[in-house]
Amino acid sequence: MNDKRPDSGLGKDLIGLETLSGETIRAILDTAEPFKEISERAIKKVPVLRGKTIVNLFFEPSTRTRISFEFAEKRLGADTVNVAASGSSVVKGETLVDTARNLEAMRIDMVVIRHGSSGAAQFLADRIPSNVINAGDGQHEHPTQGLLDLLTIRDSFGRIEGLKVCIVGDVIHSRVARSNIFGLQKLGAEVAVCGPKSLIPTAIESLGVQVFAHVEDAIQWADALNVLRLQLERMNAGFIPSLREYNRVFGVSQARLERAPVDTVVLHPGPMNRGVEIDSAVADGPQSVILPQVTNGVAVRMAVLYLLAGGAPERAEEAKKGEA
Amino acid sequence: MSRPLHIYGGRVVDPSQGLDSPAAVLIVDGRIEAVGLGVEAPDGAESIDATGLTVSPGLIDVHVHLREPGGEHKETIASGSRAAVAGGFTTIWAMPNTDPPIDSPAAVGYVRAAGRAVRASRVMPIGAASIGQKGEQMTEIGELVAAGAVAVSDDGHPVHNSGLMRRLLEYTQTFDIPVLQHAEDPGLTPGGVMNEGPVATALGLRGIPNAAEAGMVARDVLLSELTGGHLHVCHVSARQSVDQLLWAKERGLRVTAEVTPHHLLLTEELVRGYNTQAKVNPPLRVEEDVEAVRQALVEGVIDVIATDHAPHHYDEKEREFDDAPFGINGLETAFSLCMKALVEPGHMTLSGLIDRMSCAPARIMGLDTGTLRQGAPADIVLYAPDESWTVDPARFYSRSRNTPLAGWVLPGRIMRTIVSGETRFEAEGDA
Repeated sequence: MNDKRPDSGLGKDLIGLETLSGETIRAILDTAEPFKEISERAIKKVPVLRGKTIVNLFFEPSTRTRISFEFAEKRLGADTVNVAASGSSVVKGETLVDTARNLEAMRIDMVVIRHGSSGAAQFLADRIPSNVINAGDGQHEHPTQGLLDLLTIRDSFGRIEGLKVCIVGDVIHSRVARSNIFGLQKLGAEVAVCGPKSLIPTAIESLGVQVFAHVEDAIQWADALNVLRLQLERMNAGFIPSLREYNRVFGVSQARLERAPVDTVVLHPGPMNRGVEIDSAVADGPQSVILPQVTNGVAVRMAVLYLLAGGAPERAEEAKKGEA
Repeated sequence: MSRPLHIYGGRVVDPSQGLDSPAAVLIVDGRIEAVGLGVEAPDGAESIDATGLTVSPGLIDVHVHLREPGGEHKETIASGSRAAVAGGFTTIWAMPNTDPPIDSPAAVGYVRAAGRAVRASRVMPIGAASIGQKGEQMTEIGELVAAGAVAVSDDGHPVHNSGLMRRLLEYTQTFDIPVLQHAEDPGLTPGGVMNEGPVATALGLRGIPNAAEAGMVARDVLLSELTGGHLHVCHVSARQSVDQLLWAKERGLRVTAEVTPHHLLLTEELVRGYNTQAKVNPPLRVEEDVEAVRQALVEGVIDVIATDHAPHHYDEKEREFDDAPFGINGLETAFSLCMKALVEPGHMTLSGLIDRMSCAPARIMGLDTGTLRQGAPADIVLYAPDESWTVDPARFYSRSRNTPLAGWVLPGRIMRTIVSGETRFEAEGDA
């Protein structure tokens, strides 16, 4: 099936949204729609990927993304193996290229990779014929997160074109930010970022986004906010003085949201630091779509797996019933 | 010694004497005896027909990494100096960031002796500026010079401590040697793997800003002014560094600088796709920087071209971008890359290029080579400036193949390299 070029416009791999066309991204989102329903069934399994073997290769700890991929794979009937970096040959000094060759020698169909180095997914994809799905590479991209964010925004507004979306927080270290910027722009949204300048890349304008120095201004401007996780390490590395101050200056609070001219939709890729980048009242409030994001994550990943396995977007509905 | 050598039929380009015309070169006892149209071969002389070729003083590279001792899987003194003559270089200066570093007279003596034994390029050792290149305590520079060191440097790392840099620029004056500085403020480059700019932003790679280099150059220029010491700034890559150098030159300070062939042409765009062959420190910058360093070289604000030849094993570059080492293998592509960057587009004449790759390095470092004047050591390169070739790293004399130029078609072919009147390299298929 690997040699088939799916009609979706996806190539062999999904490395990032930067290289995909708007049309392809739309096709993935449209394909995710019929797959949403599978997870609502009593028996959550269809034979779309029966006989396919998938390795989930996680060099960095991950709970949500790994589980989401695993559910997507299992609900589509694939055989899956999880490999975590600790306890694998990686800690024995094996290089990524050797890991790739060994996986290939076992004739697997797909690899889902999470890795701490930007470019690691591309590196693997260039060296094995299996389909490679990037589940987050360093500070580069996290395309399935970007896609599930897009799907959630589309669910909320019925469209993406013309919307104003602001990504708030640690943009410089965020693969989620990059995938959002690329994906949203390709679907016609306006994108801004907001955060302390120490956490915004110096050349961010080259990506065609505007920068807000004050979160209040960002909230005034945006239809949707995507609030990024602020990692404790950033404080220790001197990017910000303290988490407490970060919350005071950049935290998305109910009080700040209430001053917005529209009901701003709030996303967060998780895991959340309640009381740091986002207040609980917002996270649990009516404008939050954080849990629908998680639900959509499984559907989007099913769609990506199905399309990379050679499925056609317009036949997803039949495939789901086991007819295609 | 050997028979006299008569090189005839070629075009002699020797900017040290303002020569660019058809001429013969006569070499006796390893030294230049005469250069001129009417210079005849004495009886019993060996003759080299240079018809269609250009004859110039051998190229001089004041910045190479030979990796021996400790990194022999990447390069050895033997393989590196053979790569040098294949690239037209008759003299190379070996950086001391080996394992262990070249910080003792014995180590300096080893590099010198091993270099001589190969009978390829001249190999001149650079001593470490600080013990273990740790940036703390000055090495016994007098002893290193006595053992054959021609300069000191902690290259690979900057001399970060301003006090140590001041003392180095003062102390080296007794021995009349330069301090070669890898200008980088480490506080501005934690985790940096490429130029800080649009490409790093899109790829999610940590950046190395221009200010990390230019800030250090500014400090060092001021320390040269304070002390009168000879500061040589390695591998200038940022346009703001050029401004600092210009300031220094205008004040007549003892400040010299080099630029690599890759920084004269290539930009950060080459990193896209996480191309580890384009991972180098200082990083490939943007077009504005390339134009600025090129212009600075043309105007003499940057004095010389040096390769920063940095061989790395295949396995080491076949890695995640963050984990791959910095460095480009430069000796065997340098001349041709400079032809492409400078001479082909008309930024510089061939004579100008030979000056920056041979005469100027000799001039700023006080060497007796880099010229075809009577009495100078007969270090000569014969080449075909207009002949193109395709870069095939598998054919490198270097033990490593790390270059972003594989498959590039470049102008300028080195045909023969002569050191002290002895042919040390001859291109295959040479007529």
